[in-house]
Amino acid sequence: MNNIIPNVIQLGWGGDNGWGTSILQTIYMTFWPAVFGGILGLIFGVALVVTEPGGILENRIAFSIVDKVVSVFRAIPFIILLAFIAPFTQLIVGTQIGTTAALVPLSIGVFAFYARQVQVALESVDHGKVEAAQAIGSTNWDIIVDVYLRESRSELIRVSTVTLISLVSLTAMAGAIGAGGLGNTAISYGYDRFNNDVTLVATLLVLLFVLIIQVIGDLLAKKLNHQDR
Amino acid sequence: MADPIIDLSNISVTFKQGKQVVHAVKDVTIEINKGDIYGIVGYSGAGKSTLVRTINLLQAPSEGTVTIDGTTFFKDHRQQISNKELQEKRRNIGMIFQHFNLLNETSVIENVLFALKHSKLDDDAQEKKALELLDLVGLKDKAEFYPVQLSGGEQQRVSIARALANDPEILISDEATSALDPQNTNQILDLLKDLNKKLDLTIILITHEMDAVKRVANKIAVMEYGQIIERGPLQKVFLQPQQELTRQFVGGSLAAIDTLKAFDLEHLADDQELLQLVYDAGNVTKSIIIELYKELQVEVSMLYGNVEVLAGSPVGTLFVVIKGAPDKRQQAIDFLRNNNVTVTKIDDRRIWNE
Repeated sequence: MNNIIPNVIQLGWGGDNGWGTSILQTIYMTFWPAVFGGILGLIFGVALVVTEPGGILENRIAFSIVDKVVSVFRAIPFIILLAFIAPFTQLIVGTQIGTTAALVPLSIGVFAFYARQVQVALESVDHGKVEAAQAIGSTNWDIIVDVYLRESRSELIRVSTVTLISLVSLTAMAGAIGAGGLGNTAISYGYDRFNNDVTLVATLLVLLFVLIIQVIGDLLAKKLNHQDR
Repeated sequence: MADPIIDLSNISVTFKQGKQVVHAVKDVTIEINKGDIYGIVGYSGAGKSTLVRTINLLQAPSEGTVTIDGTTFFKDHRQQISNKELQEKRRNIGMIFQHFNLLNETSVIENVLFALKHSKLDDDAQEKKALELLDLVGLKDKAEFYPVQLSGGEQQRVSIARALANDPEILISDEATSALDPQNTNQILDLLKDLNKKLDLTIILITHEMDAVKRVANKIAVMEYGQIIERGPLQKVFLQPQQELTRQFVGGSLAAIDTLKAFDLEHLADDQELLQLVYDAGNVTKSIIIELYKELQVEVSMLYGNVEVLAGSPVGTLFVVIKGAPDKRQQAIDFLRNNNVTVTKIDDRRIWNE
């Protein structure tokens, strides 16, 4: 083992540079932005669908604002976003560097992406169902929760899976602000030091991580789908 | 008769599609009384759906007044009740659709419970009510199924149960049988008729199928290009259609015209006359035709005959040529009329040649 992947072994499990530490950092940087960015993205995605022309709360101005905010954050490359919102990050978590500091740009980066995905998922709900709900006197809240979100739940799981996977790749860039994680291990301890075995193992671990998300996502999406698709 | 339960007056609906303005409904006034099954027929694009969507304001009219059960919903280009009131009022107006529009991610019973969400009943009572409704439409045993596991006809029954959840007085059926096969169509129509009788439900039946209207409606309006071109009691419109489109929809008469064209009726003799006889075929007790000859020596040649079931009762239509002296012919017509036969002299045959 020591002969095949010597540098991998040398990094060890615990400690600042250890594998266990980077794995936990990656999980940490995936989990919290998934929660914050997910909630924010869901709210924005719903807002886009209900305020768009023909929506149940059609509102040209609100739609235009939400749409532009999402577009702008989608357009900024993540590596630049990291630096760009550093003052804001400082304000929220009190520091600009480290794993916790990375949560802020990660959440913002993922929210815009997710908002668009949610928008597409919700728009897959047949407008006839919305009309039927309106006809039986449902409130707008009922329509959002029981028609839009519930009817598209399988699609929502699917886009959430895609978003989570894209979030994992964003965490790899967070190493740029000293956030650690498997991406950082691959670059700083692997590539930069010509330790190709470290890069390889870090990559395999990220792949495994992605694979687990994908499998769980697919299973859930299938389990929650009662429509002919 | 009390005030109409549905009173749409001078309704117009215009859409802007880019720079084009589409007049979907043009100045339509229609009153529907409680207990009516009012059929609205027309080809797609005639504005039927748009018109009835103004009843529950799924479509706000551009002009006109919407009054439902004494409450003015819409007047002077503005909704007259709050959104909250509108939601409550909508629960009094059930609606079913061509593609059912059920929630596919919830079970059959949950679809019905969804409509009961704002009912004052407690959870147990809601569940009991939902099961009663499913029983009413014959689907109690499939309460836990998901909609995709049901046939089209069954799905439409679920949507009827959902539409009836809040004991509405009005049910709007928007092409509800158009996606179903003939057998399911008839079952759904019979169910609607049944509900109309049992619950005194007022039904608006939009369809492009005349057969559906013939089977259940008591009144009918024919729409074309956003306007109602003909309306009235089913039998009257059916038996004496005034408009070309109505004649097209009234299949039987069209078949009659085709048949009659095959005869050389342009050159009737002076002692001959072409008559359309319409009668209640359920009450034929004696052979009137034979009696005509016996009593008055008027010969009757039959050219075309048909019996249609209209709103549940059979109606016969005959086209005959009678032959005899003028006074005898007049006596014959009087005799027929005394026997409750509607007699129309067909002097003007231009309609056939159009």
